Amino acid sequence: MVEFLQHVINGLGLGSIYALIALGYTMVFGILQLINFAHSDVYMIGAFAGYYASRYFGLADSPGLLSLLIALGCAMGACGALGFTIERFAYRPLRKAPRINVLITAIGVSLLLEFGGQIVFGADPKFFPTLYSAGNTLVFGGVQIEPIQLLVFVVSVLLMVALRFIIFKTKAGRAMRAVSFSHTNAALMGIPVDRTISFTFILGSALAGAAGILVGLTYPKIDPLMGVMFGLKAFVAAVVGGIGNVTGAVLGALLMGVAETMVIAYWAPTYRDALAFSLLILILLFKPSGLLGSHRMEKV
Amino acid sequence: MNSFTTVRNALPSAFAALALLFSVGACTKKTDAPTGTTSGTSDSSSASTAASGDEILIGEVGSLTGSEATFGTSTRDGIDLAIKQINEGGGIKGKKLRVIVLDDQGKPEEAAIAVTKLITQDKVSAILGEVSSSRSLAMAPIAQSHKIPMITPSSTNPKVTQIGDYIFRVCFIDPFQGSVMAKFARNSLKANTAAILRDIKNDYSMGLAEFFNDTFTKMGGKVTVIQSYSAGDVDFKTQLSSIKALTGADKPDVIFVPGYYTEVGLIARQARSMGFKVPLLGGDGWDSEKLTEIGENSLDGSYFSNHYSPDDKSPHVQKFIADYKTVFNRIPDGLAAMGYDAAMVLADAMKRAKTLASEDVRAAIAETKNYPGVTGNITINKDRDAEKPAVVLEVKDKRFIYKETINPS
Repeated sequence: MVEFLQHVINGLGLGSIYALIALGYTMVFGILQLINFAHSDVYMIGAFAGYYASRYFGLADSPGLLSLLIALGCAMGACGALGFTIERFAYRPLRKAPRINVLITAIGVSLLLEFGGQIVFGADPKFFPTLYSAGNTLVFGGVQIEPIQLLVFVVSVLLMVALRFIIFKTKAGRAMRAVSFSHTNAALMGIPVDRTISFTFILGSALAGAAGILVGLTYPKIDPLMGVMFGLKAFVAAVVGGIGNVTGAVLGALLMGVAETMVIAYWAPTYRDALAFSLLILILLFKPSGLLGSHRMEKV
Repeated sequence: MNSFTTVRNALPSAFAALALLFSVGACTKKTDAPTGTTSGTSDSSSASTAASGDEILIGEVGSLTGSEATFGTSTRDGIDLAIKQINEGGGIKGKKLRVIVLDDQGKPEEAAIAVTKLITQDKVSAILGEVSSSRSLAMAPIAQSHKIPMITPSSTNPKVTQIGDYIFRVCFIDPFQGSVMAKFARNSLKANTAAILRDIKNDYSMGLAEFFNDTFTKMGGKVTVIQSYSAGDVDFKTQLSSIKALTGADKPDVIFVPGYYTEVGLIARQARSMGFKVPLLGGDGWDSEKLTEIGENSLDGSYFSNHYSPDDKSPHVQKFIADYKTVFNRIPDGLAAMGYDAAMVLADAMKRAKTLASEDVRAAIAETKNYPGVTGNITINKDRDAEKPAVVLEVKDKRFIYKETINPS
């Protein structure tokens, strides 16, 4: 029983990491109906921004909350700027083009970041410094919880709550929802469509930056292709939870993390990736809009 | 458009895009383009060689980038040093050696493409590579079918040289390496129980795990659990939790982790933070300075088997280390030493061969006997494998300290 609980905890830890990335996917999709494939690579850039920032400022020598916050700030800033640039130069010119064009562009941007990253950072894995040691392993009745897992879990839930607040309770959020409903109508109501979309991208990319740092702290090996598999899993998690739904993304990600852990623990580790995608197909068969996705009618 | 229809529309294109994503990687990066066209033998009769002209071309395939990049770059540096010394010593039969290096990014399919290109387009006389058994296994059938001799510096999986009579290696093989660590665990560490955590996608890791298991069991020990992961994973807590859940007589005294350094570093960190105190054991896949960079001090007190130790006081080993240090400004790891030996054994065979035709070179390599390599005396046996001792190194304060030598029995 203790072993089973331990696997659940490990699964939730892994799931919270997927959740951090899935949040960004789902938010951009919810507002723009665009699957931003470059998101998982923005997250990779976030991890590298944190890596270089900590080297530049020598943060690894003085680990602590301040170092963590500086690295987070640098990563979120760099990713926000990157997200803004990507939207401005890759997606905005295609605003009126068919959706598939934007999708292909997103994949192009993703490849650019991955292979550009191999040229700039080098393809060999880098070691992410320990910026923050959150203390000793907690033990509850034989079940071990690592503080960093707890931190990631709490941060992803907090970010989820914060995103819901921004989208549903603030003026900017109302603008985002209006733009999501109709670009033309939103513009007619005096909403700055371009600025709102830019804001959405900056917010989503900054989230990816934060995810990069937290993943770097949890699994201290970073490389330019680190976003590929995590990004795919996070994307699947977002779809499973109902893409466009912030709570669904976190729920889907946690489900995915626990399911993967169970496959490794009680079945065969080779099937963990197969499972991720089988889960996607199954859930979409029975609930095409995902767990919490809304089933809106097509506008006439 | 509502989210439901978009998801439905977007997914097929998303998967098509993924297929694209995986196919884009399929371009081989070339690091050393041959200058000028290669010599006269343009008829593609496979048994002939390109050794006319005043150069002998040798092809090398290695993981110069990717997650095992240090394997490829160390081997390349070792080979470069050997080639430089051979050329400074007058070359072979009046000809200079030149190496064409292709990067396979650590992928078996890229290695196959690269070796095909080296043989059919560049018309090399021999192939050096790969480090990884999975990639050597992808290359060997191609070299064999073109009858081009191939020497792998450090692929230890037995299957590699079983591909055919043109495939050689200058390292020991996994049955020996696996048994070395089993003997070390039983005799020197007095371990009664062991857990195995292997990389299921890696022929090398699977082979070592199997042979460790055999020998350890034969010597009266008990392997209580075998767990698996896949190369590229970053989270090993589930597997480690399952090992940790073993109690009483099943509690392992050692954990055998015959993987590559990238994953082993992370495994060690996660194992230590979960409270494992027992030593981890491994093979030559641990041999990289990145191991302790990723794993930090979590590997202290762990052991792995390797081909050579820089602590070896033999004069020719110390000369190699000094030469390597002058050129590359660091201490050679085991893979650099193996690359050096592979190139030297090839050059030695080419010197002894009657002509530079590939069948003569092949025969000369097969006759190699007691060649004094920096990784020990190399004798190629009838299975085209090298018979030589292994050393066990201990990880301590981010350094690899010589522990003991284990001879083939």
